[in-house]
Amino acid sequence: MTITEKILATHAGRDKVSAGELINAKLDIILANDITAPISIKEFRKTGAKQVCDKDKIALIPDHFAPQKDIKAAEQCKMLREFSKEHDLSLYYEVGRMGVEHALLPEQGIVLPGDLVIGADSHTCTYGALGAFSTGVGSTDVASAMATGECWFKVPESMKFVYFGKLNKWVSGKDLILHTIGDIGVDGALYMAMEIEGEAISALTMAGRLTMCNMAIEAGGKNGIIVPDDITEQYVKPRAKRDYKFYTSDSDASYVDVKEYDCSKIQPTVSCPHLPSNTKPAADLSNIAIDQVVIGSCTNGRIEDMREAAEVIKGKKVNSNTRLIVIPATQEIYLQSVKEGLAEIFVNAEAVFSTPTCGPCLGGHMGILAKGERAIATTNRNFVGRMGHPESEVYLSNPAVAAASAVKGRIAIPEEVI
Amino acid sequence: MILKGKVWKFGLNIDTDAIIPARYLNTSDPAELAKHVMEDADKDFSSKVKSGDLIVADANFGCGSSREHAPIAIKAAGIQGVIAKSFARIFYRNCFNIGLPIFESQEASDKIAEGDEIEVDADKGIIKNISKGEEYVAKPIPPFMQELISAGGLVEWTKNRIKSS
Repeated sequence: MTITEKILATHAGRDKVSAGELINAKLDIILANDITAPISIKEFRKTGAKQVCDKDKIALIPDHFAPQKDIKAAEQCKMLREFSKEHDLSLYYEVGRMGVEHALLPEQGIVLPGDLVIGADSHTCTYGALGAFSTGVGSTDVASAMATGECWFKVPESMKFVYFGKLNKWVSGKDLILHTIGDIGVDGALYMAMEIEGEAISALTMAGRLTMCNMAIEAGGKNGIIVPDDITEQYVKPRAKRDYKFYTSDSDASYVDVKEYDCSKIQPTVSCPHLPSNTKPAADLSNIAIDQVVIGSCTNGRIEDMREAAEVIKGKKVNSNTRLIVIPATQEIYLQSVKEGLAEIFVNAEAVFSTPTCGPCLGGHMGILAKGERAIATTNRNFVGRMGHPESEVYLSNPAVAAASAVKGRIAIPEEVI
Repeated sequence: MILKGKVWKFGLNIDTDAIIPARYLNTSDPAELAKHVMEDADKDFSSKVKSGDLIVADANFGCGSSREHAPIAIKAAGIQGVIAKSFARIFYRNCFNIGLPIFESQEASDKIAEGDEIEVDADKGIIKNISKGEEYVAKPIPPFMQELISAGGLVEWTKNRIKSS
């Protein structure tokens, strides 16, 4: 069995499951945010359940339109707060304690290796980096799960992605996953588990692994997953407040396809409008002028991302034709950025250094594009209208390329500014 | 169940930001969401679409976000169902959970044109193109999804489970 099948089997109380089977499985964590939870709460009330399945398993995080951007958004956030109070939920995070959900839950040791997690947010697939099975679902699925503690799944087929060789300078997990999506397309792994491995992955930081699994959904994947190792253990051990389990894939596990990538051939990569699969080497895009740069999000808002961007922009100024918005993904990352002097580097470069929010990634607030404006962002989607006006454009990149682009006012590689 | 109506055609990889842009997600009110359905794919769509119409699209319809607001907006705009070559998985799940009928058919997606009058036999998975006098077959709906449909959606199914436990 694959790691995905083993985690699903254990949570379904079975010895074995195979791809294509429908199972009902017990959940470890159930997640929703200020956009998706209001529907979950309304639907939960319709199920007739008197109480939630477990007050310590439901995480409600106001992060998308929070800090509350307008009256309607405030009403939605208020529903989360009141529901959490009513059911005494231990994993409700108020503004000031919250962070971007998929950065916050691993950081706080809430999601752990071997867990089965669903979230009413498509980027819930992020936690596969810890060796958990986690996947995005809709609000009604979360409503039902809050009542029963369970969810139905079709056991996915698995596809293996092997990365060998060493990463080039300024190439990170973001470039590997953009390159992969460029190769297989936005539905190249539709309904499948994307199992990620290889010598480059064994050497990759947890931040890079989280970035890769985060974007499995952008290839249509059900989940991204990495077999846990020493790097996982070092990350998880100081954070975990409950037991966790490492699963691995058997040597005779079955995969519908195996893709291999030679990392020495992968350069800093950019997804051009309007699909994540529309990738080109960053170095080939130096004629693209940029109005706004966003560094942050559940994809690349971790401390390693802040450090990478700061290293590029230190001692320089944001180009006079461009604005740079830097958003650390959690309060802990924000504070660490202050302690390490990264916040000072960004502010001295004349960038915005913001409180955690998903804000601009989905065109919510804190950096919306006008008609005809163009952004480069470390976020995960560049669909039409994603960051604002339907006639604006988003390019996706890693934090170093984004920072270099902020300095040049056009898409640039770090070597051009360092 | 028979769904009969006029078709609006859409292309490949229609994402949830095109179906309902995030700038409207500060509400989950179906009627409000319906006003902006498909806006970033066709800005006049909500004023053109009539109750009872159907959408026919290419592959990977509903990719992107998990927002249930997407199928809710389509349903609240009066659209009876969606036919596509394939659906992104969270969107697929959401449609069954909220009761928006969807059908996978390569042939129907290729052959049906905008404005065609079609009739879908949802139980049999047969799609008739009245305008062209053709018939196509949709992929069968998995048995568990049929169970969800006959229960009246996931909430009703869950309600029954809670009652019986």
